[in-house]
Amino acid sequence: MNVFLQKAWSPYVVGAGIGILSWFAFATADHPIGITTPFEHSAALVIQAGVPDIIQNHAYYQNPENTPVIGWEWMLVIGVLVGAAWSAYLSGDHTQEVVSELWKWRFGPSIPIRLTGAFLGGALMMIGARLAKGCTSGHGISGTLQLAVSSWIFVLVIFSVSALTAFFLFGKKGRSHV
Amino acid sequence: MFESPDRLVLGLATGIVFGFLLQKGRVAKYQVILGQLLLKDWTVLKIMLTAIGVGAIGVYALVALEMANLHIKPMLWGGVLLGGIFFGIGIAIFGYCPGTGVAACGEGRKDAMVGVAGMLAGAGIFVWMYPMWLPIIRDYGDWGKITLSEVIGIPGWVWILLVIMIAVGINLAMPHSCPTIQDKPEKTGFP
Repeated sequence: MNVFLQKAWSPYVVGAGIGILSWFAFATADHPIGITTPFEHSAALVIQAGVPDIIQNHAYYQNPENTPVIGWEWMLVIGVLVGAAWSAYLSGDHTQEVVSELWKWRFGPSIPIRLTGAFLGGALMMIGARLAKGCTSGHGISGTLQLAVSSWIFVLVIFSVSALTAFFLFGKKGRSHV
Repeated sequence: MFESPDRLVLGLATGIVFGFLLQKGRVAKYQVILGQLLLKDWTVLKIMLTAIGVGAIGVYALVALEMANLHIKPMLWGGVLLGGIFFGIGIAIFGYCPGTGVAACGEGRKDAMVGVAGMLAGAGIFVWMYPMWLPIIRDYGDWGKITLSEVIGIPGWVWILLVIMIAVGINLAMPHSCPTIQDKPEKTGFP
């Protein structure tokens, strides 16, 4: 059996793989794995292209910490898309499903409602990630493995808040739909 | 604006492996993420804790050998707490985190594609409203780029051991989802 054709690997194998990939990222690129910084930089470049004068007076562009770049991490995000598509292609594990069973049970089968929720949820999540300077990858794996205080606090907050929100939205009965 | 081509290729290669692993780990799926948030399916935490334990050993070893540097994010209380609250609410509604959301697009999930567009919009809102965010990020306490060992005087390797013990404990004690019968890979002509 070719392992690359399997639909699922053990979480221990996947976790260890991501851990070793972190060694590789630190050793070769001197950069932790993260996802959301390129989103911020892309948005900043688009805004800058649309409103060129903004660099003169907007606080974001005045801060020397914020220098938008298309670099290693930007290509990493493209790679995640390619790698996941490749894995899904090899195993045939792709789906046309838009509304998952849990959402359908709670909010109905409407596709526009699900997509609106996804859009707003994604936007709020990204604002949160940029306020905290990291996401589930940048803080949740790369930061915690460096024993960063900011990352451990962030992970504790996001797991508490996201679990509370999920129970608020779906309740205990929702557990039988995942 | 652009980094050197070799760094771009290196980033792409690292990303491909990361995306491949996320998809094989089944975390690019709405029901697996929500299964974790509803404390039923512990796949997400098992992967994360295993990655943290394995990653910490290697990265701290590389630092000790002077082959790598730490990149600690600053403990800015306002940004981390408000950001964590926004992020936690957002992930429960969207059903994916940023990395798994991008990976879910690779699985063909349309809700993830729209959510990733929402992520880009959110990034735009963040940049546009930066003058409003900056005082929130900056003015509620800054502990700097600090590690657990520097706050509580326990050496790094003890923390790593502790993390590994928690990882092993959760891995042993908690259930995780297995692909259903229909999900099982079909037998193919490959040996």
